[in-house]
Amino acid sequence: MIRVVLPAHLRTLAKTSAEVTLDVPPPVTQRSLLDALEARYPALSGTIRDHVTQQRRPFVRFFACEEDLSHEPPDAPLPEAVVNAKEPFLIVGAIAGG
Amino acid sequence: MSKVRVLVGTHKGAFILESDGKRQKWDVSGPHFAGWEIYHMKGSPADPNRLYASQSSGWSGQVVQRSNDGGKTWEAVGNKFVYDGDAGTHQWYDGTPHPWEFKRVWHFEPSLNDPETVYAGVEDAAIFRSSDGGKNWEELPGLRRHGSGPHWQPGAGGMCLHTILLDPVNAGRMFIAISAAGAFRSDDAGQSWRPINRGLRSPYIPDPNAEVGHCVHRIAMHRSRPDTLFMQKHWDVMRTDNAGDEWQEVSGNLPTDFGFVIDVHAHEPETIYVVPIKSDSEHFPLDGKLRVYRSRTGGNEWEPLTKGLPQSDCYVNVLRDAMSIDSLDSCGVYFGTTGGQVYASADAGDTWNAIVHDLPAVLSVEAQTLQ
Repeated sequence: MIRVVLPAHLRTLAKTSAEVTLDVPPPVTQRSLLDALEARYPALSGTIRDHVTQQRRPFVRFFACEEDLSHEPPDAPLPEAVVNAKEPFLIVGAIAGG
Repeated sequence: MSKVRVLVGTHKGAFILESDGKRQKWDVSGPHFAGWEIYHMKGSPADPNRLYASQSSGWSGQVVQRSNDGGKTWEAVGNKFVYDGDAGTHQWYDGTPHPWEFKRVWHFEPSLNDPETVYAGVEDAAIFRSSDGGKNWEELPGLRRHGSGPHWQPGAGGMCLHTILLDPVNAGRMFIAISAAGAFRSDDAGQSWRPINRGLRSPYIPDPNAEVGHCVHRIAMHRSRPDTLFMQKHWDVMRTDNAGDEWQEVSGNLPTDFGFVIDVHAHEPETIYVVPIKSDSEHFPLDGKLRVYRSRTGGNEWEPLTKGLPQSDCYVNVLRDAMSIDSLDSCGVYFGTTGGQVYASADAGDTWNAIVHDLPAVLSVEAQTLQ
C-alpha cells in the first residue's frame, strides 16, 4: 500500500481526501505509482503529467522523505519508506500565480 | 413559464445565474470548480441540461466537465487533445517556427441536434470533435493542415480558436475564427476548410490584405440568415452577406472600432451589439464610460446604450466570449466584464442592471432560454 498526498485542487477534482492509498505492484516507481493513481482516479489523467509525453507538468513537483524527486527518472525505484508506507509520496503544486 | 440560465466562466471558477422570464430576480450558484479558470461553458441546443465546461489551470492543464442536470452536478470527462499526426510548426511571435502545443480549450460548441456531439476550439489553434459526450476527442485536421497553417501566428492572448458557428440551414457548413489567423469556412462538416478573409484589411500586418493573418476577435450569426455574419476584428466591425466570400466594414460612427464581443438580436437579424474598447494597449472603455453600441441597420449607424451602465471611472474589459443573448420575446442581452460584473438587459439593450457585481474576472457568458 502506497500513501499519496494530493494538492488541494486535485483533491477536489478527484473528489477524495488529501491522502489516498494505492495498491501499486512492484517495482514501485513514479511511473507505476502515477499509473495506479490515474487508474483509480481517471479525472486526474493529464493533470499531473502530459497525456502524450508522460512528462511531469512544469508546475508540479514530487517529494518524499524530505527529498525532491521531481527530476528522478520515472522508472527509478521510489524510496523504501514510500514503498512500505512509512512516508507518503507528495505531489505538490508550485506556490505561484494569482 | 420560460426561464433563463446564464453560464458564466471566470478566472477563478464558474457561476450559474438563473431567473424567470421577467429577468428581474436572479439566483446565483457557484463557484463551481473554484480556483480554476473556466474559459467557456455552453449548453446543448438539443438538451439544454447537457452542459460542457472548459476547466483549466497553469498547474494542472485542461479538464473537461460535463453536466446532465443543468449544472447541479458535474463529471470530468475526456481531456486528451492530441493533434493528428505530426503536429508540425506554426510561427511564433518573432516569426520563428514553433511547435504546435495544446494549451487549453477556449470554446465549446455543442451540435445543434445531438447532445453527445460537441466541438472544441483550442489553443494552439485547432478544432476537435467528440461524438460521445466529451469522453474522447478527435481533431478535424483539415483546418490546421490548410496550406497556411505553418504561417499562422498567435495574437496577444495566444493562438486560439475561439469562435465556432454551426450553420442551422446548410448541413455541413461551419465557420471558425482564430486569433491571429482569421476566419475559415467548411462546407463538408469540418473535413476541409477555406479562409474567408477577403475584404478584411489589417494595416498592422506585412500584407494588409493577406488571405490569412488577421486578428479576428469574434463572429456572430443570426440563425435565420446564416449567410450573413458579423465580425468584430481587432479593429473594424465587418459584415458579410455571402458566408464570408467578401466582407465590408460597417464600423460607421463607432467612437472606436476596436473591441472583442459582437452579437445579434434574437428576433431582428439586422440588430447587432458591440462594446467599443480603447486600444491598442489600454483595453478599457473609452473615457471610462461603459457603453454598449447597438445598430438596428446591420452596422454603420450605431447608438450608445448607457442606462444602468457606469458612465465614469470604469476601466474594465469585455472579453471575446463574454456576450450572449436570450431568445425571449423581449430579447435579453448579457455581458460580463473583467471587473466581475455581469450586466443584463431584458429590453434589448435599452436599460441594464448588474446581476452580480463582484465575481472574479469574467471570461465567458452564455445565456440559455429554457421552456
